[in-house]
Amino acid sequence: MRSTLKASALALTAALAASTAFAGSHSLSGDLKIFLDTSNPAPRATMEAMIERFGAEHPELNIETTVIDREAYKTQIRNFLTADAPDVATWYAANRMRPYVEAGLFEDVSDLWAEPAIADNLASTKGAMTIDGKQWGVPYTYYQWGIYYRKDIYDQYGLSEPTNWDEMKSNCQTLLDNGVKCYTIGTKFLWTAGGWFDYLNLRTHGYDFHMEMAAGNVAWTDDRVRQTFANWRELIDMGGYVDNHQNYSWQEALPFMVNGDAAAYLMGNFAVAPLREAGLTDDQLDFYQFPAITEGVALAEDAPTDTFHIPANANNKEAAREFLRFVVSADEQTEINNGANLGQLPVNASASIDDDKFLEQGFAMLSSNSPGGVAQFFDRDYPAEMAAEAMQGFQEFMVLPDNLDDILARLEQVRERVYK
Amino acid sequence: MTTAALQDTDPPKRGWYKRNEIAVTPWLFLAPAILFFAVYVIIPIFQSFSISLYDWDGLGQAEYIGLGNYSELMNDRAFEVSLWNNLKWLVFYLLAIPAGLFIALFLNQTVTGIRIYKSLFFFPFVLSQVVVGLVFAWFYLPNEGLLSNMLAMVGFGPVNVLGDPNLATYGIILAGLWPQTAYCMILYLTGLNAVDPEQVEAARLDGAKGWKMLWYVIIPQLKPATFIAFVVTIIGALRSFDLISIMTNGGPFGQTRVLSFYMFEKALSEYGFRMGYGAAIAVVLFLIMLVFIAYFLWSMYREEKGGQ
Repeated sequence: MRSTLKASALALTAALAASTAFAGSHSLSGDLKIFLDTSNPAPRATMEAMIERFGAEHPELNIETTVIDREAYKTQIRNFLTADAPDVATWYAANRMRPYVEAGLFEDVSDLWAEPAIADNLASTKGAMTIDGKQWGVPYTYYQWGIYYRKDIYDQYGLSEPTNWDEMKSNCQTLLDNGVKCYTIGTKFLWTAGGWFDYLNLRTHGYDFHMEMAAGNVAWTDDRVRQTFANWRELIDMGGYVDNHQNYSWQEALPFMVNGDAAAYLMGNFAVAPLREAGLTDDQLDFYQFPAITEGVALAEDAPTDTFHIPANANNKEAAREFLRFVVSADEQTEINNGANLGQLPVNASASIDDDKFLEQGFAMLSSNSPGGVAQFFDRDYPAEMAAEAMQGFQEFMVLPDNLDDILARLEQVRERVYK
Repeated sequence: MTTAALQDTDPPKRGWYKRNEIAVTPWLFLAPAILFFAVYVIIPIFQSFSISLYDWDGLGQAEYIGLGNYSELMNDRAFEVSLWNNLKWLVFYLLAIPAGLFIALFLNQTVTGIRIYKSLFFFPFVLSQVVVGLVFAWFYLPNEGLLSNMLAMVGFGPVNVLGDPNLATYGIILAGLWPQTAYCMILYLTGLNAVDPEQVEAARLDGAKGWKMLWYVIIPQLKPATFIAFVVTIIGALRSFDLISIMTNGGPFGQTRVLSFYMFEKALSEYGFRMGYGAAIAVVLFLIMLVFIAYFLWSMYREEKGGQ
């Protein structure tokens, strides 16, 4: 009698303990407010489907998703982080998150990064998420940059993918002799020129120098910076870029490549989808890594990373952390980054990459042929104000290369103020 | 009868409101407007003044730097460019007034279907500025655009209006003139209705015609319409923002920015984290506007005085 009572009491406590443990780790409740900037149709559907899967795992949780236009989001984030913070918000890695980290508006999630599931699988992006030795969010996707080109046009003129600067220029000369521009670009919104500067600077002086510049330790009037611009000028003086690029957005510059007026485009992988939609087949479209310029400089790449953060003023941080764990899990990473969804690269090393020639080439390039390092992108690595002034200078340089001294002097003034 | 007598002997105590009704009521009616005007216009003006004395990114701690932002503005070439562009807008946007007047004179006749012509001329004003900007941006496109094709027909090479730092601002002003001319035209059309036919008759008997008739008889009578056209055009020129944003986004390399656009870029845009600096630009823009506002108020005040 006594023993049965004892046993049943024990069983009861065990059951209770089990159920509380279960509650602690799995059953989340309350509201979870998620703000997304993935307003384009495909990413939006991807995100909504992912959140639905998360909701199915946590039926007690009341999830509220708000999708904000990608451009508008960039200015609204300041308001909602301070005034009416969601529990999870999308943003970008590296210096782009610095203003909010420094203002104490993002939650320190170093604890998540200490968990083996994240520590072991996300090591490659840890640097981009780290400021002051702590991590402030998790990545959910990234994509390579590189030169997308018309393989059929290259074949027509007997050109092959260049591996060094001289080949790149001689290819360009051949194309120009045949009335085809080497590169299309639209600089109306400036950042596209930032991509060219990134690559020319990374190839001329390497990753460490580029990051020293980003940190404000190199004068813009330095001879090494001038060397980068001198290389750039060679392409400009050849007439390598499409004319009147200052009038076009990056999308408006796509038709030049589709129509065969220009043979290549230095862009992020997101350019592939519209190029395919415009009718280019995978036989016509191909990709190569930006060739080496200075011999011996380790190749480094741009691979912008998009991220999730927990605002410091969030209400349901427990659920938010669980959501972040869910987003970076190998299964979800495989799913959301496949060709039918985001069509980008998964951040989790255990996730698999979709069967797509651009994603495969990009992944191979970033994981094995980028020994110098992986940068984010000009406007994510450099502080906002420096980036804005510099990209405007790049545009001016591409249109009026003779103004270079004036542009560099101006940028140097800005540098002295921004990094004081 | 009895009640009246009662009232006479024992006057009821009238409340404070009843006693001051005539003085208070107008203020009561004005109160909501005054409240909102104060909260959304007057107080922000002073807030802008005070923010312009700080170095503040809009998120963290603000640091007091006195007139530092203003002394930086003095050496800021982008600011100088914006200021000059504002001046260009002010001067060339005023072309809408004579243009509107001549279209109004041209349309002020009785022909069958004149109402249709009038509404067609008024049409651009109904369009959103964003649409106007887009249409003109396409019109100006360097190769495919209508303008380049028209120039090619008369043997000129293509011209890239919006891509040329020297032409772009004029190109945008021209786009702005299209709806603004329509606006001035409608103001003058209503003004022309009020022109006294007897005066015109008398002038005709005295042998006035053509330009003289216009200058000495018609235009003086259109003075109220001219004044309103002047006010809305000046304000329109200083408010120019959407056309610039749509057509060039301030480019090429910042050569088409005006003060309002520059302020937006510095303080509120994607890369703008300098609230103090933006506020300083806003203060300068406010001071420029103040010159015109003071002039408008003064001339309206004079008008009322003269009327009495």
